[in-house]
Amino acid sequence: MSIKILTEHCNTPGIETFEVYRQKGGYAAVEKAVKKMTPDEVIEEVKKSGVRGRGGAGFPMGMKWSFLAKPEGVPRYLVCNADESEPGTFKDHYLMKTIPHLLIEGMIISSYALGANKSFIYVRGELMYVIHILEKAIEEAKAAGFLGKNILGSGYDLELIIQPGGGAYICGEETALLESLEGKRGNPRNKPPFPAVKGLYQSPTVVNNVESIATVSWIINNGGDAYAAVGVGKSTGTKLISASGHINKPGVYEIELGLSCDEFLNSDEYCGGVRTGHRLKAVVAGGSSVPIVPGELFLKNSNGEDRLMSYESLSDGGFVSGTMLGSGGFIAFDETACIVRNTWNFSRFYEHESCGQCSPCREGTGWMQKVLNRIEHGKGSMSDIDLLVDVAKKIEGNTICPLGDAAAWPVASAIRHFRDEFEWHIQHPLEATKAGAVYMGAVLV
Amino acid sequence: MTDNNNIVFTPQRLAKVQEMIARYPEGKQKSALLPILHIAQEQFAWMSQGVMDYVASLLHIMPVEVYEVASFYTMYHLEPVGKHVIEYCRTGPCVLMGGEEVFDHLQQKLGIKKGETTSDGLFTLKEVECLAACGWGPCFQIREKYYMHLNNQKVDEIIEELSK
Repeated sequence: MSIKILTEHCNTPGIETFEVYRQKGGYAAVEKAVKKMTPDEVIEEVKKSGVRGRGGAGFPMGMKWSFLAKPEGVPRYLVCNADESEPGTFKDHYLMKTIPHLLIEGMIISSYALGANKSFIYVRGELMYVIHILEKAIEEAKAAGFLGKNILGSGYDLELIIQPGGGAYICGEETALLESLEGKRGNPRNKPPFPAVKGLYQSPTVVNNVESIATVSWIINNGGDAYAAVGVGKSTGTKLISASGHINKPGVYEIELGLSCDEFLNSDEYCGGVRTGHRLKAVVAGGSSVPIVPGELFLKNSNGEDRLMSYESLSDGGFVSGTMLGSGGFIAFDETACIVRNTWNFSRFYEHESCGQCSPCREGTGWMQKVLNRIEHGKGSMSDIDLLVDVAKKIEGNTICPLGDAAAWPVASAIRHFRDEFEWHIQHPLEATKAGAVYMGAVLV
Repeated sequence: MTDNNNIVFTPQRLAKVQEMIARYPEGKQKSALLPILHIAQEQFAWMSQGVMDYVASLLHIMPVEVYEVASFYTMYHLEPVGKHVIEYCRTGPCVLMGGEEVFDHLQQKLGIKKGETTSDGLFTLKEVECLAACGWGPCFQIREKYYMHLNNQKVDEIIEELSK
């Protein structure tokens, strides 16, 4: 069994209650932080831990915290991004419903470190039942003196507010989230200014993912150095991986970063292997936005070395042969999966979720969806393939927020690695549109 | 035409709404808009113009500020809906688990297509994007409840139970 920093107590009955969470050592980190540490000391430990943003971007959290502007007399805000909507990702959903106090405790310590007296957890509106779980946890923490005025007699005040979203993937982008939190449409903002200078209500703001905030208690209890000792290189600590698709054991797994991809896929501790009786065709390693790769390139890089579940190893080879860890949304495809259909499905998602602000994304996502739709339904022509590559290239890097890139990468990578399957669809329209028909020429693992 | 006179929150909901409005910093009360729209939908089922105008009046903002928000986010129903709104995930990972086949079965079971409401007004069937339950798919949501690991038999049982 590898180290479990976030999920150690997830199977303890009653862990969603304050009482059981406290018995398991919960809230000790709040006591330590507010009674024995200065805010800067807390920030220092988080910096030392090397923990990187777990929402997908992987930016070092301590560094993000250190960018927060601190003008005199201006309130500062911490906003937790619980708008988990990236296809393939359901780890925050799991963590919040299972062990809500872990997030609440992390929010208290992080808010203390940043000097925020009003903090928000923005949860996607679909997870209203999880919002009720979090609200109950907040009430319990407040009753025990860990939230509210003068926490544990330290003189520090904190109010924690749960904010539901309204159903929009784009609000996972931090400036769109802030717009939404202000009661507006989720249109991402131009940067600069960055939220660290002008964020919520034009005040300095830090936005962190649920899983990132949830690591803070362990870091305070055990020290940043202890956290940095877990993992590999600049991929410190553990990561929650949401595993779905054609595997024997879908679910949420906590892995030590640096675990081999082969062990993650095949060991019984994690995915339990590709669906029994089937073989691996392709993998999306970090949520729908990251490049899809053939199974063999997930397990080994282009030099034939074993690939590891880490930020660096998964992106080794760039977009030619690598991918990204992203949000840790692992999706496995066996030989029954149609890459063209899946690419069309994802492109429909991005078309639906584009906020419409930037023309390349608004128009381009729709064009890609339409072209993929006609290829999938037997009406494509060979020139459509290069047309898709061209449109994807013209979206990438030309939009205010990364949704444009996120829409372009799955299409570009699917064509890069599975071009023959697209060609087969176009050349054999009658066969390709038969129910259950799949291109059989793919290399399987 | 909507009869706006009937659009008033129950005292209990109004108290909750006032509490919500008060929790944001002074002058930032518009932040309560999305949460209030959820409460409004809970009581009035959908976002008629009357409902949106009422919410605008509570927040002292222009009605258009409510319309543009209600129409941007997918959870707010802009048309009347049935008693149970089934929001069915159509995104990749659920599809890999047989989501499309189960959706076809659900349409047959209800006798309606996506976007439609059954003639008895009991069910509305909507397709939605990823519900963050990819490892537990196929899935759909009815109000706050998630229904996961769906198959044809499970779908039949759920529909029959809700039809009672």
